[in-house]
Amino acid sequence: MSAPRPSSAAGRWVREHLVLVLGLLVLAYTFVPIAIVVLMSFNAPASRNVYAFDAFTLDNWANPCADPSMCDALARSVQIGLLSTLVATVLGTLAAFALVRHDFAGRSASNLLVFLPMAAPEIVLGSSLLALFVATGFSGQLGFWTIFVAHVMFCLSFVVVAVRARLAGMDDHLEQAAMDLYATPAQTFWRVTFPLVFPGILGAALLSFSLSFDDFIITNLNAGTTTTFPMYVWGVAQRGVPMQVNVIGTVMFLVSVAIVVVGEVGNRRRLAART
Amino acid sequence: MSQVAETPTSPEHPPAAAHGDHAAYDGLRLRDVTKEFPGGFTAVRSLDLDVPRGSFFALLGPSGCGKTTTLRMVAGLETPTSGSITLAGQDITYAKPYRRPVNTVFQSYALFPHLDIFENVAFGLRRRKTKDVDAKVREMLELVELTSQARKRPAQLSGGQQQRVALARALINNPEVLLLDEPLGALDLKLRRSMQIEVKRIQVEVGRTFVHVTHDQEEAMTMADTVAVMNGGVIEQMGAPAELYENPRSTFVANFLGQSNLIEGRVLRRAADVTTVEMHGIEVSVPSPRVHTDADAGWVGIRPEKVLVGRPGEELDAPGNTIPGGVVSDVSFVGVSTQYLVRMPWGQELQVFSQNTGRTHMFTQGESVELSWRPEYAFLLDRSQDADAGAAERVGG
Amino acid sequence: MTSTAGVAPPLEAAPLPPDTGRRRGRTGYLLLLPGLLWLVLFFVVPFYSLVATSLYDPAGSDFRGYEMTWAVGNYVDALGEYWRPLLRSLWYGAIATLFCLVLGYVLAYAIAFKAGRWKNLMLVLVVAPFFTSFLVRTLSWKLILADDGWVVGTLQFLQVLGDDGRLLATPVAVVAGLTYNFLPFMVLPLYASLDKIDPRLVEASSDLYAHPAVGFFKVTWPLSLPGVVSGTLLTFIPASGDYINAELLGSPNQRMVGGVIQSLFTDANDYPAAAALSMVLMMLIVVMVLVYVRRAGTEDLL
Repeated sequence: MSAPRPSSAAGRWVREHLVLVLGLLVLAYTFVPIAIVVLMSFNAPASRNVYAFDAFTLDNWANPCADPSMCDALARSVQIGLLSTLVATVLGTLAAFALVRHDFAGRSASNLLVFLPMAAPEIVLGSSLLALFVATGFSGQLGFWTIFVAHVMFCLSFVVVAVRARLAGMDDHLEQAAMDLYATPAQTFWRVTFPLVFPGILGAALLSFSLSFDDFIITNLNAGTTTTFPMYVWGVAQRGVPMQVNVIGTVMFLVSVAIVVVGEVGNRRRLAART
Repeated sequence: MSQVAETPTSPEHPPAAAHGDHAAYDGLRLRDVTKEFPGGFTAVRSLDLDVPRGSFFALLGPSGCGKTTTLRMVAGLETPTSGSITLAGQDITYAKPYRRPVNTVFQSYALFPHLDIFENVAFGLRRRKTKDVDAKVREMLELVELTSQARKRPAQLSGGQQQRVALARALINNPEVLLLDEPLGALDLKLRRSMQIEVKRIQVEVGRTFVHVTHDQEEAMTMADTVAVMNGGVIEQMGAPAELYENPRSTFVANFLGQSNLIEGRVLRRAADVTTVEMHGIEVSVPSPRVHTDADAGWVGIRPEKVLVGRPGEELDAPGNTIPGGVVSDVSFVGVSTQYLVRMPWGQELQVFSQNTGRTHMFTQGESVELSWRPEYAFLLDRSQDADAGAAERVGG
Repeated sequence: MTSTAGVAPPLEAAPLPPDTGRRRGRTGYLLLLPGLLWLVLFFVVPFYSLVATSLYDPAGSDFRGYEMTWAVGNYVDALGEYWRPLLRSLWYGAIATLFCLVLGYVLAYAIAFKAGRWKNLMLVLVVAPFFTSFLVRTLSWKLILADDGWVVGTLQFLQVLGDDGRLLATPVAVVAGLTYNFLPFMVLPLYASLDKIDPRLVEASSDLYAHPAVGFFKVTWPLSLPGVVSGTLLTFIPASGDYINAELLGSPNQRMVGGVIQSLFTDANDYPAAAALSMVLMMLIVVMVLVYVRRAGTEDLL
């Protein structure tokens, strides 16, 4: 085999790292819109209808609620997000325990029922619920509670799947060991099972909140005159977006990154010396 | 060899009578225990077992023989379908696992990943609200030489260290019986050998009853005072390691515990001391206490290291049974010994391990030889049993 | 969310009786009941409502009420009137899925095999943008693709676009938006199945085959097929049902069926037509998914 020519050293580096470089480019591409969101949060627009960077300002950060209806919508989204996360996490965790730890007729049918809402397009889920509300005479009462009902429904499946995966990955022998070491069933649950499943439940709750907070298609069909944050953005997209929307977008991004980083650091610490 | 351990295997032992003196027996006693799983699989069939207090007892058998199920029933993790389990005179058949003075070292160790080593070891004491937890845990960590690791998490420890934590976590509760479910299976060979000695040392030091489940016959023989060989949900034979090895009662034990040559034979005469067997036209004798069949047809068994090999007509130090007409078909020199395969006139290949004393002649392939063995080493097994039973399941050589 | 969602309900794992670790009895039902009830009431029953609504008398209204007339004609009407947005949705969804597959495969491959100790960080970075509001991110694309923006400027300079060419309000913008928004749905399942591949297999293939590309197509690609199938499904289904990208980045000429259904429901109050169109979309997706899964030979995924 002929020796590689000296000039090919750079070429070889590129060839060896080509996939990584391309991957990083794809990753960078996913961050371009985020960068725009952050940038625009410091924008003083020339006019309400022009969506372009004009001049730097901190006003948007100083007055995030310049449009009170935006902050109303935001508050509503947070309320709905917290409430539906709470309910979906509790119900979903219980169901996950049932599906992993208990044996009963209809277990696989239940697994299928949990899976289907995740596989159906959102527009179909939303229209179905609206059809039900209309058919049962609730079309006049669309609002906070119908949104809540819808959000719990689609968050539930994701919670079940996340907690189920965590539970199924747990070594049965741990609970048997606890029982063997004089822990009653209640002590076994609170001292061993729950602490070990908790990270899964926490992750499911975070996912659930972000799904609820960010949902537009299902919400828009079942909200009536109530406005959530995504619906507010939808509305102003036609008639001029206040730059404060980007402040909220930036904060959401920072908060989620912070949560992930904290979680990751915790993980690292736990696995510290495994290597 | 404990006689207590021997009794229950004898078929004439009346289980009904045993029920009467439960209170008198201070060890672990299983009577007529059967475990059937839904779906009809019977893991354990009417098992009787007595484990004397303070002994190191091994349940040995291939995977699926019912040994782990037996262990789990003693731990309370499975409930017997029928039968009874008593411990120091108390019936614990249906007691919850957290209400019986039995602790387990799990095969996977099952250390709590969210607790540090100290809290893992303290777990049982804390559940029972014992006093002086700190001092006891420290003492126990010292026993297993892990004092410096007390505040680490299980994932930060090596396999051998995790194994010792699992042992400490169970032992600290002073259980009447400590159950070990293949606890050394995950360790590499070298570590496993040193842990075998370590666990044995700890058992002698604490003087508790240890019941050890394993599929490794060498491990069972190294560690245990009494070994019970299980197969297909029943105990094939039970006794001290040397006795099981020297006088197996079934082809399964003969093959599973070390290797055996089994040669088809027919009983000619039975006497009180010696039974004479015709084996492919050659008469050999077997001591009558080593005859384990009532039928005429049998398997004459002899361990390969008990067989002597010599030139035809050569005088060997084995008066009694001499079988001429062999031809060496394979020779492998393994250092401490030379292992021969010798093809006999009736076509069977017999194994011979000849110890390398430096004075023995090395035979080569194709040489004609004569085999012989001292009659007192031979045993006779039931012809209806499979001559290859247990050979495939044996671990290692 | 997507990596777990990609896995169909686990097959009944009950090989041998010993140690399934599952308890029988009533507790299981009690634990499951609340969640299951919620799904039945707000997923199963509504779906039944949707089917029923799609067969109502099309002449009904909010005021006069609706009558069940088994009006199968609703489906014919819906198809006749809205077949364009319907086909467009499936078409845009398919193209966006294809782009996601290419981009996502490169990214997932880089994370699984080339990222080394940066693996976790890169995974986090894949999901991070996804947690920022979908709508706000989509609005940024409006800025990026704006007529006087640098993307259009560069493309005009390169003569890819004409001097008055634009990206906004074209299918390109809609597909770009869809590709961007659903990329994580592709990357996570792809990564999950690529990460399971033993890198030694790839090495062995480079030992046996002359060219790395051959090794890729003979070893890596077939082994990653489960991830490809679940990734494409997880991308295609929401992308073809989405209408946010079409409405924000496109023009009425790029309208997708989700938007039609939405406005039939809320603006036109034509519930039977909306429900029928919704059903048609659902059925088309189900059929396409079944055909696709069968062709991909991974039926055990569903």
